[in-house]
Amino acid sequence: MGDHIELDVPARPEFLAMVRAIVTLIAETGSKLPVPRIDDLRLAVTEAFANAIDAERRKPDGDRRPVVVRCELEPDYVAVEVHDEGGGFDPAALTPHPDVTKPARLQFERGLGIPLMRELTDELEFRHEGGGTTVRLVLTSHLRS
Amino acid sequence: MELGLVVREQDGWAVLSVSGEIDMATAPGLRERLHGLLAEETQRLIVDLDDVGFLDSTALGVLVGALKRARGEGGDVRIVCTQPRVRKVFEITRLDSAFDLFDTVDEAVRGAQE
Repeated sequence: MGDHIELDVPARPEFLAMVRAIVTLIAETGSKLPVPRIDDLRLAVTEAFANAIDAERRKPDGDRRPVVVRCELEPDYVAVEVHDEGGGFDPAALTPHPDVTKPARLQFERGLGIPLMRELTDELEFRHEGGGTTVRLVLTSHLRS
Repeated sequence: MELGLVVREQDGWAVLSVSGEIDMATAPGLRERLHGLLAEETQRLIVDLDDVGFLDSTALGVLVGALKRARGEGGDVRIVCTQPRVRKVFEITRLDSAFDLFDTVDEAVRGAQE
């Protein structure tokens, strides 16, 4: 059983840089992930935390809860779970974007985060938990092509 | 943290040099600056990302918005970026085929890589 580190972070954009810096430090300190995979983790965690902020911001001010960021450090991988209480969503219901070579693609300025997370991680899971969503990102040491 | 945003003109192009980390917190400042430039000054814009240490999907969305707006007016937005870490984000999302990416501002002005 590896080490676990958990953070409760206010669901506000100004904490994004702090979250990715801390998760990066945790992975550098407690895992064998090579630098390119730590870069991937930094971006994937930023995307997951930004989605959690969006979910929390759909609620009235007084109902907003901190986002829980939980890191698991194992010999072969790092897993980070990002949990919000923002009501949940169905990632399968997202409309796929047109191919980037088509002019219609430029109509979409949002919605790049989940495709990015899929490319950056070895495992990506969305779970409905409590009153919201937990995103689980798993990154191994293996470099992705 | 705020972004550094510096604008200069080169051969008829507005060159916006960005420094810092672009994410949900800082992207609104970039969006405002880009829209201001496109509204008032030029539809030919070069965004220099060489001093950007981090860029996420929110940043890409802002750049896509600027590109759409510029091309709609007959202009263009060209990107300067040599950092593998940042360039990779364009490649993963395949937006490297929507934008023209260059290694230097001079190349971006000329519109052709050397």
